[in-house]
Amino acid sequence: MRRIAALLLVCAAGAAEASDIRASREFLSFDLRAQQDDPSRHPGWLWVEQGETMWSRAPASGKPSCQGCHGDIATMRGVSARYPQVTPTGEVINLEGRIERCRADNQQAPAFGYESEWLLSLTAAVAARSRGLPVSVATDGPAAAAVLAEGRRLYTTRQGQLNLSCAQCHDENAGLRLRGDVISNGLGTGYPAYRLEWNGMGSLHRRLRACSLGVRATQFSYGSPEYLALELFLADRARGLPVETPGLRR
Amino acid sequence: MATIAARITMPETAKKGEIIEIRLLVRHPMERGIDAQGAVSVRRQILHTFRVRYAGEEVFHMDLSTGIAANPYIAFTTTAVETGEITFEWVEDGGAVYQRSAMLTVT
Repeated sequence: MRRIAALLLVCAAGAAEASDIRASREFLSFDLRAQQDDPSRHPGWLWVEQGETMWSRAPASGKPSCQGCHGDIATMRGVSARYPQVTPTGEVINLEGRIERCRADNQQAPAFGYESEWLLSLTAAVAARSRGLPVSVATDGPAAAAVLAEGRRLYTTRQGQLNLSCAQCHDENAGLRLRGDVISNGLGTGYPAYRLEWNGMGSLHRRLRACSLGVRATQFSYGSPEYLALELFLADRARGLPVETPGLRR
Repeated sequence: MATIAARITMPETAKKGEIIEIRLLVRHPMERGIDAQGAVSVRRQILHTFRVRYAGEEVFHMDLSTGIAANPYIAFTTTAVETGEITFEWVEDGGAVYQRSAMLTVT
């Protein structure tokens, strides 16, 4: 009887604590983790390479290329670890949004479009420069605090026909198996990531849409305020853990 | 002959007689001609053949099938015999041939 009680205690201690949150790479199988670490076997680097080419290519508008203003893409080191950002007016801008805005305002070129091949490549190339650096988003100030609270609310609210919250899988059951894969702590640190199921690269919002569909809840659109708030909350959860872009996921 | 987005990982130099490993990732959807979701038939379009020429002969040949995922990864070894170009060719359904090459310096 005492042994059962002790076992129950151990199980209870397994529930979510901020300090328990582990990097996504730790939930990968040994083989997949090795492949994520090896650019010679990781197809995501095909997108990164394409993005690096785009970095130095001037748009048709005649305005400078990314490199023309920012210099070598190496200057992007550490940038993606600080995204998403919240403006004083409460607007959330993630890395995809930042690139699109720079393209519209400074290059006067048409938007790539969320989840387009081009935006994924450029985002991956920029984010890959922060690979291994700890996530350090800014959440101070009332505007960011409000967005963070909204993200937390979305994360902890039961939703969909299956009536599940994000937390029920990614906190309470992290490390256990679901449909042949291991449930991670649900961080966005590897995105844009190459997902074997997609046969290609995809954004965090695409992954979130797949999760929403999985619990048969409303799928929010790419770049929606809901997913942006959730993205900020996930980045805050991942504080101090390494950026893994380009991640490799099942 | 068209080029194709690929990542070639191999040593730049090798000693004569040394066995070198070459790894290739190539960007291709490997469309297998089945679209179960929409029940719309699409034409099969995969890279069905991969061949490597080095020092005047074919040193590696592989037939690829529809069971191989998109962006196929291939690794193989060969023996360094002379300084020269190694050419990689992928043949696609419909007859298109894509080519990339890399230089190997043999000391």
